[in-house]
Amino acid sequence: MLEIITSILVRTVVAGTPLLLGTMGEVISERAGILNLGVEGMMSLGAATGFIVTFTTGNPWLGLMAATIAGALISVIHAFVTVSLRANQVVSGLALTMLGLGLSGLWGKPYIGRPLTTKMHAIKIPVLSDIPVIGKVLFYQDPYFYLSVALGILVWFLMKHTKVGITVRSVGENPKAAETLGINVARVKYLCVMAGGAFAGMAGAHLSTAYSKSWIEGMTSGRGWIVIALTIFALWEPARAFVGAYVFGGIFVIQYVLQPLGISPNLLAMLPYVTTLGVLLFYGMSKSGKRKMSAPATLGEPYIRGSR
Amino acid sequence: MTVTILPREKTSALFNVLTLLGSLLAGLVAVGIVFLLKGINPFFAIGEIFIASFGSAFGFQETLTKAIPLILIGAGLALAYRAKFWNIGAESQLLLGAVFATWVGLKLGPGLPAWAILPLMFLAGFIGGGLWGLIPAIFKVRFGINEVISTLMLNYIAAEFVKYLVVGPWKGETKYGYPYTDDLPDQAILQHLGSTRISVLMLIIAVSAALILAFLVYRTRFGYEIRVIGENPEAGRYAGINFFRTSLIMMFISGGVAGLAGVGELSSIHHHLSYPDTISAGYGFTAIIVAWLGRLNPGFSILSGLFFAGIIVGGDAIQMSMGLPATTVNVFNGLILIFLIAGDFLLNHKVRFQRRVL
Repeated sequence: MLEIITSILVRTVVAGTPLLLGTMGEVISERAGILNLGVEGMMSLGAATGFIVTFTTGNPWLGLMAATIAGALISVIHAFVTVSLRANQVVSGLALTMLGLGLSGLWGKPYIGRPLTTKMHAIKIPVLSDIPVIGKVLFYQDPYFYLSVALGILVWFLMKHTKVGITVRSVGENPKAAETLGINVARVKYLCVMAGGAFAGMAGAHLSTAYSKSWIEGMTSGRGWIVIALTIFALWEPARAFVGAYVFGGIFVIQYVLQPLGISPNLLAMLPYVTTLGVLLFYGMSKSGKRKMSAPATLGEPYIRGSR
Repeated sequence: MTVTILPREKTSALFNVLTLLGSLLAGLVAVGIVFLLKGINPFFAIGEIFIASFGSAFGFQETLTKAIPLILIGAGLALAYRAKFWNIGAESQLLLGAVFATWVGLKLGPGLPAWAILPLMFLAGFIGGGLWGLIPAIFKVRFGINEVISTLMLNYIAAEFVKYLVVGPWKGETKYGYPYTDDLPDQAILQHLGSTRISVLMLIIAVSAALILAFLVYRTRFGYEIRVIGENPEAGRYAGINFFRTSLIMMFISGGVAGLAGVGELSSIHHHLSYPDTISAGYGFTAIIVAWLGRLNPGFSILSGLFFAGIIVGGDAIQMSMGLPATTVNVFNGLILIFLIAGDFLLNHKVRFQRRVL
């Protein structure tokens, strides 16, 4: 029994890792007032880039770096179109998703079905990993897990306790006031969107170089959209993103645990999406939840410098 | 040199058209660059796409076939986007239309003549898609739930539901091992024009739906209310617009026409319900660009639907002849959409370049 629980928890953490990375990125971007619906595309590009670079160089760390850079670079398109050209963020994000899926498909095609010889291996932390249950769950995981936790804590600290966080928040809540304080609103928005892209790229690379060690088209399979839902679920707070990512990671795993019991795999596959709607509905039905669900004040609106 | 950007008040129709064409052209150039980077001759590839889709009789028939769902869904999405309701769920509204019509076709079909069964299937499909469109509308207006998220989640839920049906309770008794329902009875199948795959009835339905929706948007009080909700919700409240009712009707129609597209795909192309990505080749997503290229005028989705149907057909063709993956067409769609919305900047702003005077 203990073994089953351990194995479920281990897999929960693994499934939660790309969700945590992606959600951290989207939280940063949305805090600065930019909704980026391109996560699915950026993740897909990250997965393909990470795989291709790891495959050709034999070094999964280079794959991780390349995927991060690829995610940040493609997100610049979104930043340029929505910040500089003040275009509609919803449509631009959807376009970015299409582009990311298309580019990854085009470049990844020759690599379909070719296994990696070197993937990101789990790192066993001495002593700590010998603790029952927790040891295996928290101290015997692939580097992406440690990285996501470290980055998550860093983002939480920066957003909550430093001037960086105040700057980003003020740009999303009241860009006019931020500007009078001498903040370069456009620059902050660009950087936050790029940070979001970098995180999404990392999340994608996790899928193709650590979670599995192959590239197939559409391997992000909706995780990018879950990330966008998780950002609301987390109410734009990095600390809550941790909770959300692992809860949803768990839901992904539960599908496979319940399937042998004779429940239709298709109905189980609905779980993450039904849960998302259920949670949003729960927030929406309570007064305080509704208030909490209010996004950063200028999310989705273009900011025109020196206006009014 | 300094660049000054000023808001632009009005634009001429000609300027509008020129910007649109300029954006399309820039999008094509960007697609060409992507092809070039991949070592593919862009002139050849893009040329192939247009030759395969508009350049031959067979290609054009296929383009028309695929234009039908795009026109229908694009027109419905244009309606929703007018109200700034970001319906991303047309894919699942199409599926629910097909599910409802399948039920009617299989349950009631065998006992009824064609003149009775086909209208019933269309009605059921419209209701199916419409009800699925109502959910996000209620969620948004009553509970403040972002419609982008809810429509997306509903896409995945509907897709899994259809898979569940076709491998589970609705699995066809005559379809050994395949994830299909039984075939619809003959009288529930839409006839094709000659040897093509075009259903004339569907074409008429698509074009008239687009025109009716255009009339609705520009010539009725309901359309006025939708535009006010989208452009100035505060003014809408003062004018006494019932947001809840208008949003619900609007999304019932938007989802309903996507449902009609589902009936068309089911009854004229596939003849049975099967896996979601067979029933719809991503029409719900491509139609987002159709609506956008049509400037959110449902009538214009006839033209833009035809254009993107051509890109799908051409994309399929180069996919086979040049060994490119199926997602190549997404590069097209993504880049063209980016340039379309970027082009709007020129419509809304004046850009002046001035030499700095020392």
